[in-house]
Amino acid sequence: MARTIVITSGKGGVGKTTTSAAIAMGLAQRGNRTAVIDFDVGLRNLDLVMGCERRVVYDFVNVITGEATLNQALIRDKRCDDLYILPASQTRDKEALTQEGVGKVLDEMGKTFDYIVCDSPAGIEHGATMAMYFADDAIVVTNPEVSSVRDSDRMLGILASKSRRAENAEDPIREYLLLTRYSPERVERGEMLGVDDVQEILSLDLLGVIPESPDVLDASNKGAPIILNEQSDAGQAYTDVISRYLGDDVPHRFLDARKKGLFGRLFGG
Amino acid sequence: MSDAASETASSDPFELKASAITVPVMKLFDPDMDRITDLLTTKIEQAPDFFHNAPIVIDLSALKSGDATVAFALLVGLIRGMGMIPVGVQGGNELQNEAAEMLELAILSNSAGRPRPRPKARAAAAPGAAPEEHSLLVTRPVRSGQRLYARGGDLVVTAAVSSGAELFADGNIHVYGALRGRALAGAKGDVSARIFCRKLNAELVSIAGRYKVSDSISREHWGDAVQVYLIENRLVVEPI
Ligand SMILES: Nc1ncnc2c1ncn2[C@@H]1O[C@H](COP(=O)(O)OP(=O)(O)OP(=O)(O)O)[C@@H](O)[C@H]1O
Ligand SMILES: [Mg+2]
Repeated sequence: MARTIVITSGKGGVGKTTTSAAIAMGLAQRGNRTAVIDFDVGLRNLDLVMGCERRVVYDFVNVITGEATLNQALIRDKRCDDLYILPASQTRDKEALTQEGVGKVLDEMGKTFDYIVCDSPAGIEHGATMAMYFADDAIVVTNPEVSSVRDSDRMLGILASKSRRAENAEDPIREYLLLTRYSPERVERGEMLGVDDVQEILSLDLLGVIPESPDVLDASNKGAPIILNEQSDAGQAYTDVISRYLGDDVPHRFLDARKKGLFGRLFGG
Repeated sequence: MSDAASETASSDPFELKASAITVPVMKLFDPDMDRITDLLTTKIEQAPDFFHNAPIVIDLSALKSGDATVAFALLVGLIRGMGMIPVGVQGGNELQNEAAEMLELAILSNSAGRPRPRPKARAAAAPGAAPEEHSLLVTRPVRSGQRLYARGGDLVVTAAVSSGAELFADGNIHVYGALRGRALAGAKGDVSARIFCRKLNAELVSIAGRYKVSDSISREHWGDAVQVYLIENRLVVEPI
């Protein structure tokens, strides 16, 4: 049985799609058969971040309506054999994602995959509630700002009640906090909340802190998930996230304002 | 056949009849709890016998629909705490009716004073399930937008309560984490109920309808482990 991970947030634009792509790639790189599904019907961009937009023939909604089989719609990643992408439809409206339809597709995928990563749209509109409903694990993506933290808190409340696990009185969804776009310099200047503040407010397991990095935009322009960039601190932070998710105890990095690099130290810059 | 004869002749243990009972209606124009408390206190002082154990219906129809549900819950607590028995509401919006339900009030339609069918909230409970009358233990954080009610007992939360979350209990409320949301103990008027929390950052605390919002909680105790209770109608916040 696959484990279904929903990547969710209350506020939009916090880094869910970036995170979905990185986590799916990271899990697959370690030999797990992984699929990543775009639940953002009408606004698809996971395929762009994954770099497979020109290979999309069928999409998630086609599979739900029976116009295509799952095998026809799944796109295999060119860099990693264990990774598949199920893109969102750009044209259909969100109501096409019925609970029954989504459930059937996930059940079918559950037979062959180890992990199913669901890239959710922001907030609590239809696509988001569908992505959340079937989840085993939830990664709540949050920026270190008051509004983002408050919205995440609200999402966590909804996660606790509106899921298959809640309805069947099973073990609750495992919830993790992922802080993204973290800038230690701005935290030091008091312009952003620090890790400790956010964790105290949300009282949640901290899966990782992803630093703000220009490499992220670069990665999505190239269609190569940021985790593939081993030079980038954001890429390395996502690699740590995978380790932690899989149970390794890895210390958090990139929490302090940047120390001068080797170059800076040598030349006293 | 006389009336008495027909009554004794029946083998049923009771009969149901429609009847009209006159019940005072408290029609609200302003949801300001301080003003309500003042006026109600004066009125009761003027005629204590009239109000003692008197049933009362709360009419919300003159309030703007946006007025908060919590103020309404406070009001019910206040009325009960002053010795009256609120029996129903009329003219409330859906949110207010939901809160009324939770406080076990009848929802009356404006015209005939007849109870309306209960809205969805209660219908969701398993058929035949007895109403829960006990304490509630919650071990996960209570999040913004969540609302918990310990009907007939204490509410114990072993985690944090977020800003935007609401706790209600007929008895005491214990929070073994930070309390950043709202806590309303003695929701049915029990003036001896108390609130205990490990870290007071509450948006509102209330006992039997008497309340303080965060602005009026002394900064002295902000962030401390405290208990909140009533002494002669005054809310006291005290470190523990
Ligand atoms: N760690 C980071 N450093 C710098 N930029 C980032 C980082 N993470 C995400 N971004 C940028 O933030 C923007 C939003 O990211 P993304 O599309 O992943 O968010 P989202 O939560 O999926 O948005 P939406 O709610 O619209 O689906 C993008 O331009 C992305 O490049
Ligand atoms: Mg997105």
